[in-house]
Amino acid sequence: MEKFEPKILCLLCKWCTYSGADLAGTSRMKYPPNGIVVKTLCSSRVDAQHVMEAFQQGIDGVFIGGCHPGDCHYQTGNYKTRRRVILLKKTMEQMGINPERLTLEWISASEGKRFARKIKEFTSKIKDLGPLPEYDFTESTENK
Amino acid sequence: MKRIGVFVCHCGVNIKETVDVEKVTVELKKHPDITHIENYMFMCSDPGQNLLKNAIKEKKLDGVVVAACSPTLHESTFRNAVEEAGLNQYQCEIANIREQCSWVHKEMKDATHKAKVIIQTAVAKLKLNESLSAISAPVTRRALVVGGGIAGIQAAIDIADAGYEVVMVEKKPSLGGHMIQLSETFPTLDCSQCILTPKMVQVSKDENVKLHVNSEVEAVEGYIGNFKVKIKQKAQLVNPDLCNLCDDCSDICPVLVPDEHEEGLAWRKSIFIPFPQAIPATFTIDEDSCLGLDPIACGKCKDVCEAEAINYDAKTQIIEEEVGAIIIATGYDLYPEENLAEYGYGKYPDVITSLQFERILSATGPTNGEVRRPSDGKVPKEVAFIHCCGSRDPDRHLSYCSKICCMYSSKHAKLYKHKVPDGQPYNFYIDIRSGGKQYDEFVQQAMEEEELLMIRGKVARIYKENDKMIIHGVDTLSGKGVQLEADMVVLAMGIIPSAGTDEFAQKLKLNTGEDGFMVEAHPKLRPVESIQAGYFLAGTAQGPKDIPETVSQASGAASKALALLSSDEIFHSPIIATVDTDLCSGCGICVATCPYDARELNEAEGVVEVNDILCEGCGACISACPSNACQQKNFTNRQLSEMIKIVAAN
Repeated sequence: MEKFEPKILCLLCKWCTYSGADLAGTSRMKYPPNGIVVKTLCSSRVDAQHVMEAFQQGIDGVFIGGCHPGDCHYQTGNYKTRRRVILLKKTMEQMGINPERLTLEWISASEGKRFARKIKEFTSKIKDLGPLPEYDFTESTENK
Repeated sequence: MKRIGVFVCHCGVNIKETVDVEKVTVELKKHPDITHIENYMFMCSDPGQNLLKNAIKEKKLDGVVVAACSPTLHESTFRNAVEEAGLNQYQCEIANIREQCSWVHKEMKDATHKAKVIIQTAVAKLKLNESLSAISAPVTRRALVVGGGIAGIQAAIDIADAGYEVVMVEKKPSLGGHMIQLSETFPTLDCSQCILTPKMVQVSKDENVKLHVNSEVEAVEGYIGNFKVKIKQKAQLVNPDLCNLCDDCSDICPVLVPDEHEEGLAWRKSIFIPFPQAIPATFTIDEDSCLGLDPIACGKCKDVCEAEAINYDAKTQIIEEEVGAIIIATGYDLYPEENLAEYGYGKYPDVITSLQFERILSATGPTNGEVRRPSDGKVPKEVAFIHCCGSRDPDRHLSYCSKICCMYSSKHAKLYKHKVPDGQPYNFYIDIRSGGKQYDEFVQQAMEEEELLMIRGKVARIYKENDKMIIHGVDTLSGKGVQLEADMVVLAMGIIPSAGTDEFAQKLKLNTGEDGFMVEAHPKLRPVESIQAGYFLAGTAQGPKDIPETVSQASGAASKALALLSSDEIFHSPIIATVDTDLCSGCGICVATCPYDARELNEAEGVVEVNDILCEGCGACISACPSNACQQKNFTNRQLSEMIKIVAAN
């Protein structure tokens, strides 16, 4: 059997984590290539709907990155994200998706090293969890 | 359908080394959404940009993806190039295949595959991008300066000199800040008052400057170029226009309180002038200690005031001002001495702070410039100067270096020797930090010519025995303990943001760092701007610094503010939120979510409206909307879904 390479969606806020990811690059740190970055202006732009959509489409893990509490460029966006992620994890659990497939990390623009480490950790966790089990989303999403 | 062109940059070998750009080009050529694709060694070079511009014209492209370095570097370069070729700049997207791909992966196979996915997500987004133009708004051509120390004074003078109006707000009864308390300034030893008071006078005489003392900023509304400011001014119990400085009132006032200007080394009356050169030149009543607010208890000053300047019934006022730019120059305070209990400040009157010693040295100070210790007025024959009190001690106190203490402690020792030639100064230091023009020469000269005894090490404890202060420390050069006797101890207290900075920053929604100082937009390239548009930083509000640095930063902040004030309009990114009124149910959840008050519920129509200029485009409202009625321009839910599909499919 071919080795499992998970698909990971990284939703990173422009001001902190995206810049942190750039710094990891500038510093030539190495991390696994599974994550594909989609830049948002703020982590609070991430809608629960998009995270569920990602799992529905077969993405194995979702990594959200925002500014540290108190450092949000938009003042309070990251607090909103934090609340949303807590609720989202509960929903995931109820739907039978392991909540560990979603993570929210605070990574500042100066924390390239932390970004590389967190991506490494998350990728290996998703590898351990294996592919996202087949799940029938139709029932829960038909009202959309 | 959009005709999209993709341009893959090699970045010399930076990208090409790990991403097979040829393979990417060949494989994406078949992509149904890509009309044209090519690769080039340096897309950011002139030939690279020309390649892009020619392709737009020849292939009739109406959208472009440049796969290159991070958008923070060249997004604006390529957007400008696209505009020059006749397209809207928002029809250009950057695929970051260097910082987030070629530089962080080893295997060419993996990196090449990932680069392809990144490019495809950019294409998926670009397909649905609208052409946008920046939102413009007029500029109110006035500035607000918060803080009347040297930073605020310099900024106000520069802006007023350029012909713009300045509203200045100072918490205390006079301009001057901490600089007016200093005796002489390093490294030239010119008298602090003598160089500052002309600037204070200049501010007070300038018709472009409107000064509010005894005032604080209560609230700020609006946005860059268009702020509405509420200023709370304490009751003006003495009318500054009528007061003729005769001093009859303070002679008769029965209330004595510690004098703030003298750092508590002298007493002042409840009706007082902070110092002779105070600006505005007027007596002030300190509401907290005045008895006259209850007319039965007192009223003596009013009785003797021939100018009839005193009115106990004056009330606190709210003054409203409109400005386009705001300069924050709120300054510093000393680190609280009580945190260093082992040094005995407060317990022993002869353990004093650096600012108190400045007052003792000052010709206008409580001892008229003679060095006499507070307890008994004796001339101290041995004085210990303790550097780094609270600074550079991350475990217990402040982690940072307060930057000015090495210099002023050397200056203190030097001035002390000038006034007490047979005295002996001891300086306890961790390191001597004297970077600056003529600074190290100053310290060296003090050490060589003034017989300073420099002891490298920290002081553990200070206590009193008989008439002497005993200083226990360690000499880290010899590795031995040190015990010294001195008549007086001067603590070089570290500096912290001025009291109230935290609440002030929260009120204005400004960022402060871990240490509480205001945070600049970029530590190297934008050191005088706040990340919040329209706010500029000057002086120690942003971090510890000395007078020359403060003045430079204040002038820098003023010039940044002037660039804003001299423009006819300001432009705002069009990547903002919108409301689809057909879908909006008027629930108002988004109104509460918005951190900028950019959303308002139109009750008549039952829908929410967005104020384009206030919206910063964070997108918090979009994910909060239960009806899918909110969207972000060029980052709609549909665009996000399309990008997610690409990630899932690869």
